[in-house]
Amino acid sequence: MSETRGLQPKHQRLALVVLAVVVLIAAALIATWALRSQASYFYVPSEMVEERPAADRAVRLGGMVETGSMVTRPDGVTVDFVVGDGKARVPVRYSGILPDLFVEGSGVVAEGRLQTDGTFVADNLLAKHDENYVPRELEEMTAAQKKLVVEETTGT
Amino acid sequence: MIAELGLAALWLAAALAALQLVAGGLAARQEDSELALLARPAAVVQGALCLFSFAMLVWLFARTDLSVKLVAMNSHSMKPMVFKLAGSWGNHEGSMLLWVTVMSAAGALIGFLERRLPERTMQATLAAQGFVALGFYAFLLFSSNPFERLPVPALEGNGLNPLLQDIGLAFHPPTLYLGYVGLSVAFSFVVGALLTRSVTPDFARAMRPWVLGAWIFLTIGITAGSYWAYYELGWGGWWFWDPVENASLMPWLAATALLHSASVLAARDALRTWTVMLGVVAFSMSMIGTFLVRSGILTSVHAFAVDPERGAFILALLMIYIGGALAVFGFRAGTVAEGERFALVSREGALVINNVMLSAILGVVLLGTLYPLLTEAVGVRVSVGPPYFDPAGAIFTLPMLLVMAAGPLLRWRRDRLERVKAPLIAAGLVALAVLVGVLAFAGPGVLPLLGLALGAGLAVASLLPLRGRKLTRLPLATWGMVVAHFGIAVALIGMASDSAFSEERLAALKIGDSAEIGSWRVTLAAVSPVAGPNWNAIEGVMLASYSGGIPVRLAPQARSFWTPPQETTESALETRWNGQLYAVLGKAADGERWQVRLWWKPFVTLIWFGGLLIAFGGVLALLGRLAQDLRRRTIARKGAARRAELSA
Repeated sequence: MSETRGLQPKHQRLALVVLAVVVLIAAALIATWALRSQASYFYVPSEMVEERPAADRAVRLGGMVETGSMVTRPDGVTVDFVVGDGKARVPVRYSGILPDLFVEGSGVVAEGRLQTDGTFVADNLLAKHDENYVPRELEEMTAAQKKLVVEETTGT
Repeated sequence: MIAELGLAALWLAAALAALQLVAGGLAARQEDSELALLARPAAVVQGALCLFSFAMLVWLFARTDLSVKLVAMNSHSMKPMVFKLAGSWGNHEGSMLLWVTVMSAAGALIGFLERRLPERTMQATLAAQGFVALGFYAFLLFSSNPFERLPVPALEGNGLNPLLQDIGLAFHPPTLYLGYVGLSVAFSFVVGALLTRSVTPDFARAMRPWVLGAWIFLTIGITAGSYWAYYELGWGGWWFWDPVENASLMPWLAATALLHSASVLAARDALRTWTVMLGVVAFSMSMIGTFLVRSGILTSVHAFAVDPERGAFILALLMIYIGGALAVFGFRAGTVAEGERFALVSREGALVINNVMLSAILGVVLLGTLYPLLTEAVGVRVSVGPPYFDPAGAIFTLPMLLVMAAGPLLRWRRDRLERVKAPLIAAGLVALAVLVGVLAFAGPGVLPLLGLALGAGLAVASLLPLRGRKLTRLPLATWGMVVAHFGIAVALIGMASDSAFSEERLAALKIGDSAEIGSWRVTLAAVSPVAGPNWNAIEGVMLASYSGGIPVRLAPQARSFWTPPQETTESALETRWNGQLYAVLGKAADGERWQVRLWWKPFVTLIWFGGLLIAFGGVLALLGRLAQDLRRRTIARKGAARRAELSA
């Protein structure tokens, strides 16, 4: 290969390297920027009451389903209940089939949007695969459940 | 006795892995030693022993030996046989044993068959493999012995998690593992080649089948896992950006990039350093995947058998392997000579852009998956979901799809864009037509719309490499590429169509009531109890008729298992050519009504059909490569015989 013919591909390869670096930096920047705007994607009730997320933002609310708060509406498919964390309470409305392990007094992670009237409308209730599973976000709230897990796994 | 045999075999296999490490290590250090010759036989025997050990575990599960702790914890005498067998890997210890079994079997295969590389490189590769395997043996033997006995045999087993009692899921983890392990083999090749300074096209050719195999299994595993989540969880969704899903997607992305760069190295002797680095990255991703899934460190709805303490062990392994490989890479990358040159506008150039985009997507997914861990270190709880992954991933997916359409049409080394302009314009016009067609129809979101248009354009573009070629004489590998790229287009159309046109209906129905969705009219005919081998269920019988046609019967169930006591949702699916009707039976709403959830999902099945096409493309490419190797080897042998004849 002669020098003059060889030079251009070399330049073009430099262009490729520059392109690669630019794209990867862009990826990092976009990712961190998008993540920062996500930073408060997960809320516990007291956080949600303190600083309300914008009404159109999809967020997750995690807490305990208060005992005795579950009411099924006349349409048969909409359920109202209250999620609390001991400090604050958020009323939640969910239309759909409740996950198998959804019961009063246990933890739940609800995906949805906070309405202007203060009700959290959930599109999804995160179910768990087995009764030992505790959403990590709820770990500290469910000391009793964690004890149960330890008991079950060690067989005591 | 069986358990003890299995354990003894496992110890012996571990010892052989150590021997393999020492023997191969000597070879890598250029020391002419008799011991180096032992690397190959050690790999073969190690594979056989490990396979034997795994067979013993399966046997224990088959006869439900309740004196073994693992069996007692995870099985039950009343379980159907197929789930007893699958139960042997449906838990932490068993799955780790399967991991190391597959890896040592691969090592045996390499030791037995691979003759393409210089002997020294081969021995160094086996040393690297012995090293990786040794970590997993240590893990099994010291912290998760699958053959541990109970002091007193249990009377009955605990059973297997009911959600795992599904034929699809029983075979899902092993499929993914085959993928992970395939990447660990590729990693060993990389380390071997780096240690002996032989990053050559031959190295790429020797590594490629393993990357292809891993990639095929990962593709099938992801596709099957997605379909399983779709029908078993009863949420009607096929991808949740869950950490466990990401754990399989990340190695797939890395393997896809590696596959393409290895092809460049094999065909054109370019991208040497890049390929080597991707080999390290791909294996890191499969280790990170294993770590995320097994440690339970992240919130996941899919995580089973998690244990933070074991997570720490895997994390330590991860750091040793990756740190070690990066160190070798750092020291030796400089010695990897520059490969062949190429221009920006060329097949290589397109593949580099594809690689960069895949890496960017990988980075985006990795960052999003690990971000909750990072913020937790400073005390902030976060969960990252679709609002992040969808747009951030799409930014890089869309340009990658464009390059994917053009790349295969370009020539190696250098080309002109004008040459491929006409066919690409044709593909673009198809995309535009779809865009206009859909806009006239309804107004779905921006991303699904773009997805549909790009999918259509890509479907056309992916077939363009066939233009003007004699189809019967086209190499299988080329067919593989065409089929896999077409599969991506098909899957994309399925995804976009599902998110754009899916309809949902939720109702509380009395027996005899009907609900309408799309062109369907669904009547709840009956609700009755049914019994299975280890569960009871409430079954709803629904009659669904499409635009007034003959009704089909759907029978979703709400199951209750006895051991462990747990409830699962069995959705019912009716598949038509143009979509799928999805029905779930919920709880009794009040005295006489039942909750029913229905979805009409146009063309949703294309998602998984596309996934299978992608995997099938991989199979074609693999077969093509293997046939090519065989031919090359036969020619070489004939040549040698002829030379011997002439000299005689």
